[in-house]
Parts: sequence; structure tokens; C-alpha cells
Amino acid sequence: MPSSDVRPAATAGTTVDRTENVPNPGKVKADRSDYAVRGISYTVVTIFTVICLLPFVLILSASFSDESKIREHGFGLLPRGFSLEAYEFILKSPRQIIGSYVVTITMTVLGTAIGLFIIAMTGYALQRRDFPLRNPISFFVYFTTLFSAGLAPTYLWIARDLGLRGNYLAVFLQLLMTPWLIILMKSFVRSVPHEITESGKVDGAGDFWIFLRLVLPMMKPALATTGLFLALGYWNEWYLSSLYLGSTVEFKPLQYYLYNIINTANALKSSMAGNNVTITQLPTNTLKMASAVVATGPIVLLYPFVQRYFISGITVGAVKG
Amino acid sequence: MCVPAIAFFIVFAYCPLPGTWIAFTNFNYHDGIFGSPFVGLRNFEFLIKSGQLWNLTRNTILYNVAFILLGNIVQVALALMLNEIRSKYFKKISQAVMFLPYFISVVLIGVIAFNLLNYDTGAINALIQQTGGDPIKIYSIAGLWPIIIILFHLWQSTGYGSIVYFAAILSIDDSLFEAAAIDGASAWQRIRYIILPSLKPTFIILLLFSLGGIMKGNFGLFWNLVGNNASLYGTTDIIETSVYRMIISQNNFTTSTAVGLYQSLFGFALVMLCNWIVRRINKDYALF
Repeated sequence: MPSSDVRPAATAGTTVDRTENVPNPGKVKADRSDYAVRGISYTVVTIFTVICLLPFVLILSASFSDESKIREHGFGLLPRGFSLEAYEFILKSPRQIIGSYVVTITMTVLGTAIGLFIIAMTGYALQRRDFPLRNPISFFVYFTTLFSAGLAPTYLWIARDLGLRGNYLAVFLQLLMTPWLIILMKSFVRSVPHEITESGKVDGAGDFWIFLRLVLPMMKPALATTGLFLALGYWNEWYLSSLYLGSTVEFKPLQYYLYNIINTANALKSSMAGNNVTITQLPTNTLKMASAVVATGPIVLLYPFVQRYFISGITVGAVKG
Repeated sequence: MCVPAIAFFIVFAYCPLPGTWIAFTNFNYHDGIFGSPFVGLRNFEFLIKSGQLWNLTRNTILYNVAFILLGNIVQVALALMLNEIRSKYFKKISQAVMFLPYFISVVLIGVIAFNLLNYDTGAINALIQQTGGDPIKIYSIAGLWPIIIILFHLWQSTGYGSIVYFAAILSIDDSLFEAAAIDGASAWQRIRYIILPSLKPTFIILLLFSLGGIMKGNFGLFWNLVGNNASLYGTTDIIETSVYRMIISQNNFTTSTAVGLYQSLFGFALVMLCNWIVRRINKDYALF
């Protein structure tokens, strides 16, 4: 774990008297307070872990509940009754949700691939010692986090002047990169030895070729972490969609679709229009929860396989670029 | 090689900058940004006199102070406890679960809030009724929301944030712990005299950097928890939610630009100040 940046300065000045010939210091008998601390730690961590999980159980249980029982008794930790009605409703008119999935998956795959390539290229260039403009360009990128025009001018510029209102590009392009991800990539690239670049230059390779053939293959962990953050940005996107797409597109990105289902009664109805039902006939409560499960389920199932890349990103990125 | 990234930031970050001029005009679509009549500081005057700016600033800052202080304390505590856990398996699983709330979309957090808090079918009201109490109209009691928002924020970010501190603990020189064990130090003493002092620089620096961002709100969380619920604005409206609402539902670009510009300038000054303080404490940690 590249946590050397985090290493606190205070320990440096502390002198430690190391006694000679200590037989295995790890085996020193733990006293009572050790057990108390350990006991408290296990308890609190367990409780916190459970609290992190409970809301997911609530939603899952609610989605499998019987609507009439929910209306009578409210949501609970366990399903009230058991019914697949909500899922049947979704399956009967899957057009909207399938469309949303297609939009979100397309954006996530393309955006992550393109964004990652650009970020990696930029991070590499900004880390090259022989690149004279690296400091001005780093600052140029970094400055955008210090001062921004704010939402209103940005919105006017993109929606009106660039004419991107109602265009998926307004969402897609803005999520391609962030200054933070470029800074993160830059600090990752630091671990690629400069000699790699030098050896490429000696062999007469061009900069782009060196990057593509020599550096990129060495950056796999960095690419995985940065890619995960990018993909997550695309997958969880609802905000830019609400600003630039609104109701102008038929298929909304997945999370914005869910946002509408939860917040506007009409969205639920129009989404289920194929069923020829009125809003009062819809199992609204369980349907909302089932929609949440359908929109979130896959990413949660994927989570155990990708979460380790998260950790490296946090520990590198949080401290300093 | 930097061209695509530079082009990106020019188009999406630098080009909108001249648009901040709107804050000093009475903007209308027809005349455009620089054709609209110039009104000087009148937009700001209005915001200050109506008390709106003060209210938004106060809410944004108070929420952030609560998030930063409570957040960091809880994160340090959790990191300390994670460090005491010996079972590798237990540690791995609990860490993985703790990140999960950060991984999901903020829209789902809104769904969770709806599931827990709504009046007719909410899980909390269901529980209250089961125990014989009367259901509470949580979505119309403004006084409850600071607590609710803080709890959701902690739920969302504690696991994620504790990792930084946990990494800092792991980077403490092992020989310190060995020496302490030989001297017969207890677990409390180990925490009190080795770990906490070692975490202090990390703590202070993270704190200072988050103070630099104190004018920026967590828009997604606030909007998905509160949204367009006007009865809660008094205690829940922050700069971001107010600007968003002005644009989405009122098409009001002058006031929203003015508020945004105020936020950017104020925030910029704060970052500069905090960075200056960090630089004085330890040059290596300063951003620039």
C-alpha cells in the first residue's frame, strides 16, 4: 500500500530503546484492558457493519412484500407477506428499464474506456521529467477545482451555446474526466520507473509509442482503480441527466430513471403504461422498491470483485496528488 | 498527449467563466450574456437584504462543520477499532461492507430514506405504531432534518473515510508497538500514547483541507433526501440545492449566477487560507 505519504511526522522524533535479545515480543501476555479494547472493537465494528447492510435488507424485503400488507402495516425488515407482483409489473413492460440499461451500459463502457485512456495519457505526460510544460498544465487542470463558474453559467454555456440540451453527449462528455482523477493517475504513474521511458527513447520510439507499449502495460493497478471511479461516476449518474436531459429523451440513464420513479407519481405510471392500469391499481410502494432493486442489484453483485481497487484509490488520492 | 485533456477543461471549465458576468446583469435570453442590461451589484444587494444569502451560507457551513467534525471523529474511532481486530477474515468482510454505502448511487439513498421515513408506510413509523405510538410526519418537521441528514451522511461516508486513517495506523513503525509490548503497555496506553499522537498530523491536515471546502455542499445527498419539499428549506437548504432549484424550476439565471459566484469566490479564499496554514505547519503537505 503506497501510504508513505500518510506517514505522520510525529513518530520520527520519538526515540525507542530497543532491548537486546527479546524472545518474540509478539507473545507478550495480553492484559485485561487488551481484551476489553478488543471486545469493544469487535462489537462496535459488527454493529456498524450491520447498520451499513440493514437498509439494503429493508429495500429487498419491501420489494418482495405484498402491497396490501405494506399499506396496512408499513415497511419492515422482513417481507410482509410474499409477493412477486412488483417484479411481474416490471417484467410486463420492461421497455423503459431495458432502454435505461442500454443507455447506462453504453455510456459506462465507452466513457470509461475513452476517459481512462485520456487520463492515463495526461497523467503520464504530466509526470515526465523532460516535459517542460508539465507544471503549467498541471496547474491549468488543478485550477478548475479551486475556482469554477458555478452551475448557472456552465448550464447556459452547455445547454444554450453548445446546443447540447437533450443530447446524451452533455452527460457523456462532462463525466469523461475530473481533475482529481488526473491527479490520482499522476501519483500512480510516479511508480513507473523513469528508466522505462529512457530505454524507449534510446530505442528511438516516439512518445506515444512509449506510452502505449511500455508504460500502459505497467499501469494495470492504476488503470483498474481509476477505471472503477470513472465507471462508478457513469453508472451512478443522475444529476447531469436531470439538468441536461430532463424529459427530452425517451430512455433516461438508469439512476435518473429510478429518481423519477421515486419522486414523481407520473413516472411510475408512464413507465408501466403498457399495462393499461390506473395509478391507484399500481402497487406503488413495492414497485418503487423493486425498481430500486432492479436498478441497483447488478452493481451490488459486482461490488465484491472490485472493492479492493477502491482502497488503493482512496489511500493514494486522499492525502496528496 | 495532453491536448484532449486541455481541450476538455477549456470547453467544460474555462469557457463558462465569462458567464459569471450574468451576476452583474439583469439577464434575459434574447439579449444574451453581454447584451443584457448591467445592474452592478444589485443582485447581490437583493440577496443580502432578503436574508437569503445569510441563510444559505449558514446552513452550508454548519452542515459542513458537523460533517467534518463528527465525520473525522467517527472515522478515527472506527480505524482504531479496525486495527484491534485480529481475525483477517472478519476485518476483510467488515471493511468491504462498510464501503458499500459509498458505492451505491445517491438516488438509492433517497429510496432508503423514503422506505424508512415516509408517513404512510415508513419502517420507522411502522415500528412506532407496533409499539403503540402515533406515527410522525417526519417529512414536515424541519427540526428533525439536520439530524437525519447528518446520520445519512455518516452512513454514506464513514467506512470510506476510515480507510485513510486505517492506512495511517498501518504505516506506524512496528518497532514502536514492539517496544510498547515489552514495556507492558496496555491496549489503552498503546492507543493513547502511540497511535493517537501519530495520527495527529494526518488528522489536522485532513481537517484543514476539508475546511477549505466548507462552502461546497454535498448536493446529491441533500437533494435526494429533501428535494422540492419547501417546508424543510429553513433547516436544509444549502447553496447547491438553492441554485439548482432556481435553474430547474424558475429559470432564474441572474440570482443563481450571483449565488454561485459568491460561493466560488468565498470558497477560493478559504482554500487559499487553509493551504497557507497547512504550508506553515508542514510544507510537504501543502497543495501548492
